[in-house]
Amino acid sequence: MAKRGFDIRKLRGFSGIAMTCFVMLYMPIVLLVVYSFNAGTSVAIWEGFSWRWYVSAWDNEMVQEATVRSLIIALSAAAIATTAAVLAALATTRNRKFRGQTAIFALIHQPLMVPEIVTAVALLIFFATIKVATGYTGLMYLIIAHSAFCIPFAYLPIRARLQGMDLSLEQAAADLYATPFQVFRRVTLPQLWPGILAGAMLAFVISLDDVVITEFVKSAGQDTLPTYMLGQLRRVVTPEINAISTVLLMISVLMVIAYTLLSRTKK
Amino acid sequence: MTKAITAQSLRKVYPGNPPVEALASIDVEIQDNEFFTLLGPSGCGKTTLLRLIAGFEHPTSGKLDMFGESLLDAPPYKRPINTVFQNYALFPHMTVAENIAFGLQMLGTPKASVNATVGEMMELVQMSHLADRQTGQISGGQQQRVALARALAPRPKILLLDEPLSALDFKLRKQMQLELKRLQTETGITFIFVTHDQEEALTMSDRIAVMSNGAIRQIGRPREIYDRPADRFVADFIGDTNFLPAEVISNSGEVTRLRLSSGQEVDAHARDGAQGKVTLALRPEHAELTDDGAGLLAGTLREVVYFGTDTHFHVTLDDGSDFVLRRQNSPADGNDFATGDRVGLTFPAGAAQVLRD
Amino acid sequence: MAELSNTVSQRAARNRWLLLTPALIILIFAASGPLLITLFYSFLTPGDYGGVEWKFSTDAWFGVLMQRDIFDDTLGWSDAHLSILWRSVKLSVLTTIACLFFGFPTAYFIATRPKKQREFWMLLIIIPFWTNLLIRTFAILELIRNEGTINSILIALGIIDEPIQMLFTEFSIILGMVYVYLPLMVLPIYAALERLDFRLVEAGYDLYATRFNVLRRVILPLVKPGVIAGSILVLVPSLGAYVTPRVMGGGNQLMLGNLIELQFGQGRNWPLGAALSITLLAIVMVALLAYVRAAGNEEVKHG
Repeated sequence: MAKRGFDIRKLRGFSGIAMTCFVMLYMPIVLLVVYSFNAGTSVAIWEGFSWRWYVSAWDNEMVQEATVRSLIIALSAAAIATTAAVLAALATTRNRKFRGQTAIFALIHQPLMVPEIVTAVALLIFFATIKVATGYTGLMYLIIAHSAFCIPFAYLPIRARLQGMDLSLEQAAADLYATPFQVFRRVTLPQLWPGILAGAMLAFVISLDDVVITEFVKSAGQDTLPTYMLGQLRRVVTPEINAISTVLLMISVLMVIAYTLLSRTKK
Repeated sequence: MTKAITAQSLRKVYPGNPPVEALASIDVEIQDNEFFTLLGPSGCGKTTLLRLIAGFEHPTSGKLDMFGESLLDAPPYKRPINTVFQNYALFPHMTVAENIAFGLQMLGTPKASVNATVGEMMELVQMSHLADRQTGQISGGQQQRVALARALAPRPKILLLDEPLSALDFKLRKQMQLELKRLQTETGITFIFVTHDQEEALTMSDRIAVMSNGAIRQIGRPREIYDRPADRFVADFIGDTNFLPAEVISNSGEVTRLRLSSGQEVDAHARDGAQGKVTLALRPEHAELTDDGAGLLAGTLREVVYFGTDTHFHVTLDDGSDFVLRRQNSPADGNDFATGDRVGLTFPAGAAQVLRD
Repeated sequence: MAELSNTVSQRAARNRWLLLTPALIILIFAASGPLLITLFYSFLTPGDYGGVEWKFSTDAWFGVLMQRDIFDDTLGWSDAHLSILWRSVKLSVLTTIACLFFGFPTAYFIATRPKKQREFWMLLIIIPFWTNLLIRTFAILELIRNEGTINSILIALGIIDEPIQMLFTEFSIILGMVYVYLPLMVLPIYAALERLDFRLVEAGYDLYATRFNVLRRVILPLVKPGVIAGSILVLVPSLGAYVTPRVMGGGNQLMLGNLIELQFGQGRNWPLGAALSITLLAIVMVALLAYVRAAGNEEVKHG
């Protein structure tokens, strides 16, 4: 056969551009990971394999503190945002349109629509006033700020799960003499669980990765891992940054894969 | 007569595990100006053959010519062949008129000429009053007409129709059958029509190719296919058929002398020198009921079902097999046979057909 | 009976607001409320060492596009602000176009894979989407900086003697933004292409359309909503970008986000920063509203 024939789905050059895209997307990340194992100090010249930058990051007091701070903030924010999101999802899903619904949706989705820098500046202004008035400069500012922008990320998967649930199961439970709270605990919550877990993981990753809002809200000496890295980028970069990045990257990848699996089970 | 389409050893295998052979070495010739129908159950390969001719698929091996020249290297947009798709595939973002104009525009036809042809086509299918409607706002029957006008507008040499009537209701389908036949005669374009509806095929076609399992079982005029089915599949797929076991006694040309299970002898039609044990096909309306002992076969009448235009008699033959006989009703007819009666069956010489194995 | 159903619905409403309370408190306290305060701050006078003095002034709003001449105190256009605003719009639009150029074929490629493979290819798009934006920006930075991978390799191979200056240019900002926002373009276009009925594509080829014409006259019009959605999803964060221009532009090539930050740092002009923030928000809202209207029209047309 002279030719392979005409392929309806093929458009000339598209596969090439797509492949370029995938290479473009992954090559920098792969290089970043590879150089985190570089024995030399360069992020460009390979001098052999070594764990030294992971060790040096581990021993770096600044990194240790930033890591602990990042984890405290991300875990607290994920817990608070997810709890608030579950309650909000229960209130706004599977019911008739109520007064103020549009406003509520706009409020919940606000962090997705307003540019981060605008929210960051607004929080800087607001919290600066409170800091002056109360004298408190602790981590609560960051935790509350993170909780706020994590709410929509936790809310969306939980709401999606709730919408896909069979209402008749709850009616059956109510018919069998379960009080509303028992219905929630014994029927609704067990079914909602994967959605809650997915929402919590998303919130955790989003909080862990945030740079802009943290950079503006943090008080002196309150660096998280991302803001610490942002500060380091102004100096000569060593593969220590690559090592930290690689660890953060792994957490994100694992979370995304777990999230994908969790949201798939609903079918 | 010139040949519009010639396929030689045309074969199509879809890769996979296991690979699927959609067409197993097909040979077919379709004449110019012909209404040719590909008939068969779903999965028989008829749509695959149509898609090979349209150019949406490429054969695994074999030859495919149009008017003596190979089609295989031409992409679909260079083939003067248009398709009426099963689901019509009308462009939802265009109006009725824009849909019909599309092919002509792509061919680079001057604007004035495009408009004239579009007007003509809309008149031909009686859609002029809906020219500016979106295609989502018209009925299924109207969509069908638009799809037809769109495919005819570029004046193709061959028109392919992929079960175009299957989505229409019964009455509309009958009406469109006649209209399609009229359009084919008027335009003189070769129509290749795919359907699984045997009645549709018999009504409209000049010739029919009956397909199953990726192979063509028989090609012929509707009458030939119905009266002289080549094999058991064709006899079974088209119309109702009684199958009778028989043994060949002698053979001369197209006439074969047979002995039936009852021991009686009869002449039947055979395609080639059949020998030994064979199967006979006999249409229900070709047999007649007689008194017990008077016919070629004997049995017991099990059931009489009245259908208005005709009556069906279900008989259990003495060899244990079932036989259905159909008789047209007339006012003079009395109810001369009753359930449980012993009856005889007879049929004229030549009415039965010896089937290929 | 009517009374009973009334109390039931009243109780449902009370429960609803009770359940919503935690989320509303957090969001009003740390999202909406601060925005209103920012609007309020934009009408105050800057303090000498940052912060504000509680004196009404519209100077900040004039300052968004204008400046007072230091000598004769006349109002004139602020060239610096205008050029930053222009750069923000220009780089954002170029980023969107580049994302479309790379994103559409990629989405098309994924949508035309066999069904089982699509999930894998989409995962490849989604993973970068959920990974840290700073890390991805940093990864691109390492690639193109003067001592970075590309320059080191080119020098080692003897192709160039001096490193090519790629970083701290408008090009590097666009490259960085395309890199981080590309998944946002691919996702909605893929969703639209996955729903595309390829029998319409066959009909196009059947009616003599070449590949280019099928793309232009059949595929693109049918997936237009996805293309618009993708473009807005890239345009909006590009307009408000802060990290990428800061890292890739190195303080020479400011965008609106960096100009805003400046007012809270060296600039010490909080009201101007607040006014600039509200301006950015307004631009983004206009883009979003335009999208909602376009999407709405599309729905009416095909509904």
